[in-house]
Amino acid sequence: MSERAILERAGQATQPMVRAQDVRKSFQDTEVLKGISLEVQTSEVMCLVGPSGSGKSTFLRCINHLEAVDGGRLYVDGTLVGYDERDGRLHELHPRRAAAQRRDIGMVFQRFNLFPHMTALGNITEAPVRVRKDSRRAATEHGRELLERVGLGGHASSYPSQLSGGQQQRVAIARALAMRPKLMLFDEPTSALDPELVGEVLDVMRSLAESGMTMIVVTHEMGFAREVGDHLVFMDDGVVVEAGSPRSVLTDPQHERTRSFLSKVL
Amino acid sequence: MPRGDSRQPAAPGDERIHAVRLPRPGRWVAAAVIIGLLALFLYSAATNSAYQWSTYLQYLLDRRISQAALITIQLTVIAMAIALVVGVASAVMRLSDNPVLSGVAWLYIWIFRGTPVYVQLVFWGLLTSIYQQVDVGIPFVVQFTQLDTESWLTPFSAAVIGLGLNQGAYTAEIIRAGVSSVDDGQREASVALGMSWAQTTRRVIFPQAMRVIIPPFGNEFIGMLKTTSLVIAVPFTGDLYTQSQQIAAVLYRPIPLLLVASTWYLAITTLLMIGQHYLEKRFSRGVAGTGAQARNGSTAAEEPAELPITDGR
Repeated sequence: MSERAILERAGQATQPMVRAQDVRKSFQDTEVLKGISLEVQTSEVMCLVGPSGSGKSTFLRCINHLEAVDGGRLYVDGTLVGYDERDGRLHELHPRRAAAQRRDIGMVFQRFNLFPHMTALGNITEAPVRVRKDSRRAATEHGRELLERVGLGGHASSYPSQLSGGQQQRVAIARALAMRPKLMLFDEPTSALDPELVGEVLDVMRSLAESGMTMIVVTHEMGFAREVGDHLVFMDDGVVVEAGSPRSVLTDPQHERTRSFLSKVL
Repeated sequence: MPRGDSRQPAAPGDERIHAVRLPRPGRWVAAAVIIGLLALFLYSAATNSAYQWSTYLQYLLDRRISQAALITIQLTVIAMAIALVVGVASAVMRLSDNPVLSGVAWLYIWIFRGTPVYVQLVFWGLLTSIYQQVDVGIPFVVQFTQLDTESWLTPFSAAVIGLGLNQGAYTAEIIRAGVSSVDDGQREASVALGMSWAQTTRRVIFPQAMRVIIPPFGNEFIGMLKTTSLVIAVPFTGDLYTQSQQIAAVLYRPIPLLLVASTWYLAITTLLMIGQHYLEKRFSRGVAGTGAQARNGSTAAEEPAELPITDGR
């Protein structure tokens, strides 16, 4: 106990926002994550790249417990994700506590997943009002600010079907930000967009990174990774093959697998 | 752009095309034939004495008939309310991971969908003789009170329960299909925001499932209105069809009273269809089609949809 307390105090100053230790995940007989270990510090932007099926999306979904990890430990802001560790055993979290953990982690999906029956503003204010019990008025005010921030101030009352893909994704980012998260996860946020709409979403993400948000971004946009990312992690076949500063990994990859992947996407 | 240019207006898109319409003689012939046949039928109906239109008019607004229509509406609405509650519960149970819950729901649907509603109604009518008394208490230990089934299971309630439980099996499947039709990404997005299972279901899944559920459920509602004519199996005799036939039996004039009953059924169905139309409209918010108009129009036109949000100040 005292050892843990010391460790916690020591970690206070530099405690990483996300710490993964040998994280494993299988679906039926297929092992998708074969021991992922990495750390993301507060205000850092980490870009996860790799071929499809490499497990990067699964890893992202483990961070907010949309998938339960099978092995290893995953901590967000010092708190174990999805489990409670007591008496040397892991206990599954009550859904209410799992939901409480997710509150502080924003997620943006490849296919936006906006609620089609709600307006842009309705999408944004839903969780603050229902989950955080914010007043409708405060949530609306904050929601309008966020829409303004993602450049959609005039679209508060538009339904998702009335917006372009890029606009929908920007609303989705605003929706995640409305919960005032300490960590944002992006799961291929521009992969479902027409090429000319990619830029507007990346611009929003760039300004979010500049504002100091901690972000983990699964992406194929190497330009974004180079400019905005503090770290770049290349994953393949469920393992971290190579990690480092985006510039060094992209210009001077050490591994053959990294080289062959980059030669296809750059 | 050679000579043709002078004949064209400034921009070719400015002038609307006024083409000579393609003649479609087949349409006119078909319409004429159908209208002719319809007119002949109406003429024969008006002149054929078997229809006894004077009797029809005399009993159309008869108090016994309008009372029976009211009871038929009550049967329909209460039975559908039971069906909805039972249907939602069994749909949730069937979608549950718990094998006992989903198994029980499957069994219920299997039995109640697999036997005729008429047979079920007869059974519910006989329930009072199968179970004459119901003990309330802890089985084999204490008995608090004993209920006489005859006193609370009236023919009306037996009819309503019979219709409702039968319909519930169909409704469960409609709701299950509706819930399954909602993209799993919706649930994920909601859960990722920290919403609970109940909040996700009520605020995200349910409103979208409704779009798929309402058309078949409206159908079933209209179907139920007509299925109430089977309640004589219980036997319950207060419904529209049975009442009209009882009047007919006294008068020895079945045909005009069949027409009277049909007129009432049609009128009620029409009301239900109007209600369904508005429900469908309510739950199609944000779906492409209704949205397309709003996109071209001003955003001001969309403002009312936002009222509930600004209202709460």
